[in-house]
Amino acid sequence: MIPANLLYTKSHEWAKIEGDTATVGITQFAQEQLGDLTFVDLPKVGDQVTAGSEMGSVESVKAASELYSPVTGEVVAVNEDLVSAPEKVNQDPYGAGWMIRVKLAAQPQGLLDAAAYEQAAAASAH
Amino acid sequence: MPFVPHTPEQIRDMLAVIGVGSTEELFAEIPAAMRPKSFDLPAGRSEMEVLAHMERLAQKNATAQVSFLGAGFYDHHIPAAVDALTSRGEFYTAYTPYQPEASQGTLQAIFEYQTAVCRLLGMDCANASVYDGGTALFEAAMMAVRQTKRRKLVVCEALNPIYRVMLASYTANLNLEFVTVPHRQGRSDLAGLAVAADDATAAVIVQNPNFFGCVTDFAGLFQGARAKGAVSVISVYPVLQSVLKTPGAMGADVAVAEGQSLGLPLSFGGPYLGVMTCTKDMIRQLPGRIVGRTKDLDGRTGYVLTLQAREQHIRRQKATSNICSNQALCALRALVHLCLLGEEGLRRTALLSMERAHYAAERLTAVPGVSLLSDAPFGNEFALKLPVNAFEVIDALTARGYVPGFPLGRYYAGLENCLLVACTEKTSKEQIGMLAEMLGGMLA
Repeated sequence: MIPANLLYTKSHEWAKIEGDTATVGITQFAQEQLGDLTFVDLPKVGDQVTAGSEMGSVESVKAASELYSPVTGEVVAVNEDLVSAPEKVNQDPYGAGWMIRVKLAAQPQGLLDAAAYEQAAAASAH
Repeated sequence: MPFVPHTPEQIRDMLAVIGVGSTEELFAEIPAAMRPKSFDLPAGRSEMEVLAHMERLAQKNATAQVSFLGAGFYDHHIPAAVDALTSRGEFYTAYTPYQPEASQGTLQAIFEYQTAVCRLLGMDCANASVYDGGTALFEAAMMAVRQTKRRKLVVCEALNPIYRVMLASYTANLNLEFVTVPHRQGRSDLAGLAVAADDATAAVIVQNPNFFGCVTDFAGLFQGARAKGAVSVISVYPVLQSVLKTPGAMGADVAVAEGQSLGLPLSFGGPYLGVMTCTKDMIRQLPGRIVGRTKDLDGRTGYVLTLQAREQHIRRQKATSNICSNQALCALRALVHLCLLGEEGLRRTALLSMERAHYAAERLTAVPGVSLLSDAPFGNEFALKLPVNAFEVIDALTARGYVPGFPLGRYYAGLENCLLVACTEKTSKEQIGMLAEMLGGMLA
């Protein structure tokens, strides 16, 4: 259920580290909690993001929630498909629902592995 | 149980928290003369006594004056049906209801109001309205700041000075930078605005017609602003939008208006109506309530509050604005007014008002020593240069029952001799003739 090849934050973002780039999105748990997404507000290519800091927001039919970057670096790609089809985050949060790609300024620190995240998510579900 | 909002202990505790010694000290900023001397109210009066008292007060109003005042607020005729329809019990509330979806009629009226103002201004989306034109303009500026994440606002000096004061006051603690581009003899300085709107600019903010009555096409300016990533904000006079190039046609991103001229009486400054519209790209930044139309499970048309994730009850401190209501009754009046007049009626109102103003300009500039401030095109309002101080003329003619206009010197240094004169379809040629004669007599 929770991909083992990704790293996670307690605020329910995931990061896939490949060399000096990271792909970032939100988890299955996050999209379930939010419900049907209606809008995704992401940074622009060239923007700097900082681990633990706000990088954008998502809106669903019942809530709005800030997104926090799991990594630090420069945004090199943004999933433009989400502008017109935010439901992709609901349908495929770890695939077609990816949000941004970041060129890392430093290797990420303090992120959770799948097992630790599963525990954290289970705790926050109650 | 005594009906006191706070016990002496609670008051002491609250004062201690904020570090103020006494209630007296808390209110020290309010001058003594402005504080109530006593809460010991006189005994109740009879209905007849109260009526007589109110009539005495009402007689102090100078309602018989012939007025050429405008300056952002215009005395248009309001058909009697506007009062009759809007005062129906089903509609008579000042607010969007708290159980909105249970009030389909109210939501439908707001939806139709939004549709009407979008068509009038040529824009994609509108909210359910905000308090007045100045609030709308401030909210428009903040939309631009949020959208662009920039902090510089380029403002045309020919924007209504009341709006400029409101902008400065509302943003006093927001760390924004204002660049005010001076007017040129009452004209909006297109070249100056274009230079000021650089790639650090959140919004370029203009008005059409501007405060001096000058009509300008801002399409080129807006195109240039877009190329710099800045948002174009325009404030307009809604009645004239039936004949002028619309904000939409000029390529504005956000268009706002003081809605008073659409069926609201002047009534000493309010309540008025803040019309707010924008392009589809900006809708996430639009504050306040937005009504949408949808289908229910059985396929029937229904109205809902939509895009509520922008609002305070969901977004908390990150909401687009702390405005979560609207001027529902005033918006309803605007809707009824627009529907009664129709496209053709509104157009005729605009053309008649303009025709009267152009006649007035001709008659008044025939008085020796009086000229137009500039040769810029104007609609139903124009600035005159007088050979004497405008305040003197206003004092003298007001005493004779004619308010000749608004003294531009009140807001613009160096224009103490300038008078801003407005006409509507209610202004008669006889009144214009009388004004010209009185002015001529005074200056002779």
